[in-house]
Amino acid sequence: MIRLETLTKLYGSFVAVDDISLAIEPGELFGLLGPNGAGKTTTLRMIAGILRPSAGRVFLGDADVHQAPLVAKQRLGFIPDRPFVYEKLTGAEFLRFVAGLYGQEGDIVERRIAELLEVFELTSWRDELVEAYSHGMRQKLIISSALIHRPACIVVDEPMVGLDPKAARLLKDIFRQFTRRGGTVLMSTHTLEIAEAMCDRIAIIQRGKIAACGTMDELRRQTAAGNVSLEELFLRLTGGVEAHELAEVLGDAP
Amino acid sequence: MSQPSLVRVLEPKWRTLLQRLRETRDEGWGRPLGLALVGALFWVAAFGVLYRILKYFRGVEELGPLLAGKLLGLMLLSFVSMLVLSNVVTALSSFFLARDLDLLITAPVDWLRFYLAKLGETLVDSSWMVALMAVPILAAYGVIYHGGWWFAPYAVVTILPLLVVPAVLGSAITLVLVNLFPARRTRDLLSVIALGAAAGVVLVLRLVRPERLARPEGFRNLLDFIAVLRTPTSPFLPSEWASQAIMTFLHGPLDMLPLVLLWSTAAALVTIGAFLHARLYAQGYTKAQEGAERFVRGGVWGWAVGTLLRPLPVAKREFVLKDVKLFFRDATQWSQLILLAVLVVVYVFNVKALPLFSGEQIPRFYVTLVAFLNLGLSGFVLASIAARFIFPAVSLEGRHMWLLRSSPLDLRTLLWSKYWVGTAPLLVLALALTGATNLLLRVPPFMMAVSLAAIVGLTLAIAAMALGFGAVYPRFETENAAQIPTSFGGLVFMMATIVVLVAVIVVLSGPVSAYLNSLYTGRPIRINARIVGAFVVAAGICAAATIVPLRIGLARVERYEF
Repeated sequence: MIRLETLTKLYGSFVAVDDISLAIEPGELFGLLGPNGAGKTTTLRMIAGILRPSAGRVFLGDADVHQAPLVAKQRLGFIPDRPFVYEKLTGAEFLRFVAGLYGQEGDIVERRIAELLEVFELTSWRDELVEAYSHGMRQKLIISSALIHRPACIVVDEPMVGLDPKAARLLKDIFRQFTRRGGTVLMSTHTLEIAEAMCDRIAIIQRGKIAACGTMDELRRQTAAGNVSLEELFLRLTGGVEAHELAEVLGDAP
Repeated sequence: MSQPSLVRVLEPKWRTLLQRLRETRDEGWGRPLGLALVGALFWVAAFGVLYRILKYFRGVEELGPLLAGKLLGLMLLSFVSMLVLSNVVTALSSFFLARDLDLLITAPVDWLRFYLAKLGETLVDSSWMVALMAVPILAAYGVIYHGGWWFAPYAVVTILPLLVVPAVLGSAITLVLVNLFPARRTRDLLSVIALGAAAGVVLVLRLVRPERLARPEGFRNLLDFIAVLRTPTSPFLPSEWASQAIMTFLHGPLDMLPLVLLWSTAAALVTIGAFLHARLYAQGYTKAQEGAERFVRGGVWGWAVGTLLRPLPVAKREFVLKDVKLFFRDATQWSQLILLAVLVVVYVFNVKALPLFSGEQIPRFYVTLVAFLNLGLSGFVLASIAARFIFPAVSLEGRHMWLLRSSPLDLRTLLWSKYWVGTAPLLVLALALTGATNLLLRVPPFMMAVSLAAIVGLTLAIAAMALGFGAVYPRFETENAAQIPTSFGGLVFMMATIVVLVAVIVVLSGPVSAYLNSLYTGRPIRINARIVGAFVVAAGICAAATIVPLRIGLARVERYEF
């Protein structure tokens, strides 16, 4: 459903994403991991059509995101890491606006808005301006907006940031049900426990390149790491900090 | 524990400024050179006008220095009033809403250092433009009254406390207001108060017709006139002290009292300001964290606009609806309508006040000429309005581009919506403005038709250029829409608009002069190929100035990366 072909992004001479190829199938929940600055967000923003790749192509289904953007983007729900929403719209107005961008209107949209606000416990806030929302509430609103048009695939950057435990659990359930019904989810995250528990496959990006990719078992085989956790694998692949270095940074307690 | 210096506290600010300068240098010299050129032109023009006035005053026995002093006092008074208003608005963001506040407040910086640093930041942010405007004015005084080289440092010493006083007053007013209202409400309130006050000053200044005061024959006798000039506007105003300090230096005898008054007042106010800050800031800052607007329901007008837009495709309709809602819910945006109303009233009033129909009958020739030139002025008024309302449209979408770019929204729809949301009201205004002024001028039907057709073409072009230039020179990081038109791109847009206005007027001057000729000779006008050609060329210029900027804007928006 999501296919990346030799995807590359350059900022001047800096290579942010270096020749990445991936295929994520319908019904699959795929995790993208990597240290800060590894190129995860850039990759996701290229898939969402916000950034233009320097080379390579992105397909959602059979539509190229940059050649046939209107067809490709109809299938996509994108959840960014920073929840910038129009501050002077109410939650319901924002969702109605987003539905309009996808060409949807009328009673179906109104029902869907009520349904999503109910699920994310925002019903009592539906007529309040977004500027009054907390960070977590904005994140919930953006997640609702990504689901409003019933997309075929969801691309999500750091989904759990700002969510309370209940909402985080809800989101996990939504993603599971979504993939069970044939949807595709690509998410980047730093929460390794969540990636390990939820993702069918995982790719670890390091300096713009895929350092390893596969199921947990495949990753262990590729790194010859034995039966270790994803955290161990991640640190081996990306280079962890030794305990004595940490002690030096923290210094003596006052 | 030793405290960081003021320079250290303000480091993020000046380092950002340095980095911006570096980026400007890396982008090439075109932009700074353009800005320097426009700045220099402004300075030369301001200097030239004032030089002529002061030269004339100098030639008037006895009254000359009095008039010059009065004029300086008035200019400085208007500067101080503007500065108090702008300091109030700036202080709100630097003391209460700025992004560096979390860092500074959690750091162990003492309150006095914090106050002085933020006061300095407020002062520089709100006063630099006024300080630059003062340079050609004071230079003209220095040159006419032979102030010599010592006048420059003397003027700096005089003007500096005049900048400190409004900065302290402005930030103190803000401090009190924030303690009374939540900061977001205060910001809305202030935008309205500031613009309302500015609009009021402009209206009053214009409606009292100050040009009549320039004619001494309007007074009963000369003694009355001199008596008015000799009385200071108010002996307690710092602007009056500054004016006296400068005039006594230039015209003698030198009096140090005004200077002492200025500096001691500034010092006393800073002390009082610091005291107020120590007492009220912590509470105000806490209040500034609260207070967003709550509960908005679509009213009757929302339903009416929605119904009106029903025939549009859903994406366009929702986009237009969203833009209209955001505009009327954001006080920093809609409050600019107050200025717009004043601009229109002053403009129509000026046309009405023209001495065309007073006393003897002025030939139709001049009326028609004035009506034609009125076209250029109306165009300029429309350009200023477009700069305020249409130019920032693309920049204001910056933070939300993730949504627009990841959705299947055709970017042409985005520009289409932005264009018509801006153009429709502008067109109504343009037709009303031109129609009303033409009726006041009692122009003949030919001129009415030409000017209405021309203003429609120009409005379509001006709106397209505002949107196009706004897309080419976006300011995504700015939160306040009112600051966007004063950017470099805004300047380029205004200059480009003037070029188009001049081009259309020059082209149309052919048919209009043929018409004037026929009025003069009394023979009917002959429509020939040249006249038709001129109309076609004018229409062509307007069409090109509409289509090209929109296309360039679209190409630019498609290339944005976030």
